[in-house]
Amino acid sequence: MTDTTLIVTKDLKKIYPMGPHRIEALAGVNLSFDKGEFAGLVGPSGSGKTTLLNIIGSLDSPTEGSAVVMGRRIEALTHKEAARLRSHHIGFIFQTFNLLPVYTVYENVEFALLLLGDPPAERRRKVMAALDWVHLADRAKSKPPQLSGGQSQRVAIARAVVKEPDIVLADEPTANLDAENSHNILQTMERLNRELGTTFIFATHDPKVMQYLRRKITLVDGRVTKDEAVDGRGAAAATAQGAGL
Amino acid sequence: MTILKLALKNLLGAGLRTWLNVFVLSLSFVLIIFTQGLLEGMNKQAEEAMVASEVGGGHFQHPAYDPYDPLSLTDAHGPVPESLAALAAAGHAAPVLVIQGTIYPEGRLFTVRVKGIDPGQTVVNIPTSFLATASAADEIPVLIGSRMAKMTGLKKGNTFTLQWRDAHGTFDARDATVVEVMKTSVQTIDSGQVWVPLARLREMTGFDGQATFVILARDAALPAAGAAGGWVLRGRDDFLSDLRAMVESKSAGSSILYTIFLLLAMLAIFDTQVLAIFHRRREMGTLMALGFTRGKVIGLFTLEGMLNGVLAALVAAAYGVPLLSWIARTGWALPGDMDSYGFAIGERIFPAYGLGLVAGTTALVLLVTTIVSFLPTRKIAKLKPTDALRGRMT
Repeated sequence: MTDTTLIVTKDLKKIYPMGPHRIEALAGVNLSFDKGEFAGLVGPSGSGKTTLLNIIGSLDSPTEGSAVVMGRRIEALTHKEAARLRSHHIGFIFQTFNLLPVYTVYENVEFALLLLGDPPAERRRKVMAALDWVHLADRAKSKPPQLSGGQSQRVAIARAVVKEPDIVLADEPTANLDAENSHNILQTMERLNRELGTTFIFATHDPKVMQYLRRKITLVDGRVTKDEAVDGRGAAAATAQGAGL
Repeated sequence: MTILKLALKNLLGAGLRTWLNVFVLSLSFVLIIFTQGLLEGMNKQAEEAMVASEVGGGHFQHPAYDPYDPLSLTDAHGPVPESLAALAAAGHAAPVLVIQGTIYPEGRLFTVRVKGIDPGQTVVNIPTSFLATASAADEIPVLIGSRMAKMTGLKKGNTFTLQWRDAHGTFDARDATVVEVMKTSVQTIDSGQVWVPLARLREMTGFDGQATFVILARDAALPAAGAAGGWVLRGRDDFLSDLRAMVESKSAGSSILYTIFLLLAMLAIFDTQVLAIFHRRREMGTLMALGFTRGKVIGLFTLEGMLNGVLAALVAAAYGVPLLSWIARTGWALPGDMDSYGFAIGERIFPAYGLGLVAGTTALVLLVTTIVSFLPTRKIAKLKPTDALRGRMT
C-alpha cells in the first residue's frame, strides 16, 4: 500500500442468507485502487460488481475480510462514520440517476455541499463550476423531470464531483442512455478524472464504458478472474495486477 | 436547515395530496378552537350573568337557609345583622326575604318562592325599580321573569291571587299585579319565583326587619369575621362551582366531535407517511448515499409530516381568524329550547378564544401530528442503504 492507495480490499467476502441457503456474492476479493484511477468492474449480472462497489462506498459491510477506504476500515464504521465518509470522500453515480425530483438542477448539485456545511458563496461558486464541467449551467433552474436522460446523468455527475471527492463510484452509469449520450458522459467523466485527479470506479457490462477504462477488473461469481490495465480505448495492456493473477 | 428545506420542498411538491391533508387538519384546528371557545364563552357569559343578576359579591345567608330545601324556608329568616344592614344602607348590599307561597293565575295553582327585595337596590341586575311603580293600595306589585310568565301564562298588568303564611302560621291571600316581565338569562332568579317589594313582604308576613339572605355588591368589603351574627357567607365560587362542573361535562362531550376530526386528519397523515415511505425508498437510498444517516432520513420524513401541522395552522389562521372573529363579534345563535338547559347564556353565545386555547390547540395538534408522522418512519431505522437504492424495504 502506497501513499496514493485509496482503497484496499483483503479476502473480502459478502454472503447473503436466502432462506436455508447462503449466496456468496463476493468470495475473497483482493484489490487495491490508487488515486486517479479510471477503473471498471466488469462481468455478468450477479458477478458481485455492485456488491463490491457498495462495500467500497460504505453502503454495505463485508461478511468477512476487510475493506479499507481512505484509511478507514469499512466493517468497523458506525452508521454515522459511514455517512460521514460518503458525504466527504465519495461521490455516487447511479444507473437511474437518482436525482431529488423536487429540487432544481442547481439545488440537486448544491445538496452535496449543504451536507458539508460550505458557506453559501463557496457553494454557489462550486455548483456553477460543476455545472459548467457538465455543460448544464444554462439548465440550473430546471427540474429533473424537464431533463433528458443524458442531461439527468450529467447532473448526477455534477452532484458526485461538486464536492471534489477522492472517489466516484458509478454503477452502470450508461445503462439508461443511448450511445451518443453514453459517450458524452464518459468523456465528461474522463475529463474530470484527468483534470481533478478523481478516482473513478465503474460497475458495468456496457462495452461503451469499457472503451474508456484504463483498468478493467473482471468478476465472475464473486471472484476476480482478470485484472488488467487497458489503454483507455479498448486495447488490453499486458500488465495484470492484484487478485493473485 | 437542509432537512427543513428539503422537507418543505417535498411537502409542497406533493401538491394536492398535501393540501388535502392540510385542509382536513386545518378544519380540526378551527373546530377545536371554535368548540372550546364556544364553551369558554358560554361559561364566561353564564358566570357573568349569574354574578350580575344573582350572586353579586356573594351571599350572607341565614344559618337555617338551605337553597335546595324548600322546607327550610319556614325558619330561614331573621333580623339582618347590623354589619350587613349597614352595608345595605350604604347601597353595598341587598337583603332578600324568601317565603313559600302559592299563586292562582286564572284558577290554576303554582307553588312559588316569594322574594322580597328593595326596589331601589342596585346590587344585582334585576329591574326591581318596577316594583316601586304605583298600584292600587291593596294590590301587591309583582315582578316575574319571562320563563315564569310563560309557565303561568301571566303577562304584564295581569292580576292573580297570591297566598302565603305569615309569622303566626296563618294563611293570608291578596291580589297581586304583574308590574313587569323581565327578560333574563338567569333561570335561578326566574323560574318558580315572584319578586315583591321587601318592605311589603315584611309587612305581609310580620317578619319586620328580617331577611333570608343578603346579596353583597361585587366590590363590597366583607364584614369582619364574626360580625355577621352567625350568618353564613356563600362566596361567588360556591355559586359558580355547579355551573363550572356542568360546563366541564359539556366540554368532555364536545371533545368527542373534534377528536373524531383530529383522528381523521391523523389517519390521512399516517396514510400519507406510510405511502411516502413505501414509494420513496430509492430517494432514501440516494440521501444515504449522499451522506444522510438513517436518523436524518427519519428526521426528514417526520419533519415532512409535522410540517403538515404547521401548514394547517397557517391555513387555519388564514380562514379561521376572520371566521372565528366574526362569530365572536356576532355571537352564535342558540335554539329556543336552550333556555331550559339550566345555563344562563341568553339567546346567543359569544365565543371567547384565549391565547392559552389557541397556543394549547396548536401545541396539541403539532404534537399529535409529529407522533403520527414519526410512527411509520420507524421502519427506516432498519433500512439498509443498498436495499433502499434498489427500491426495497429491509
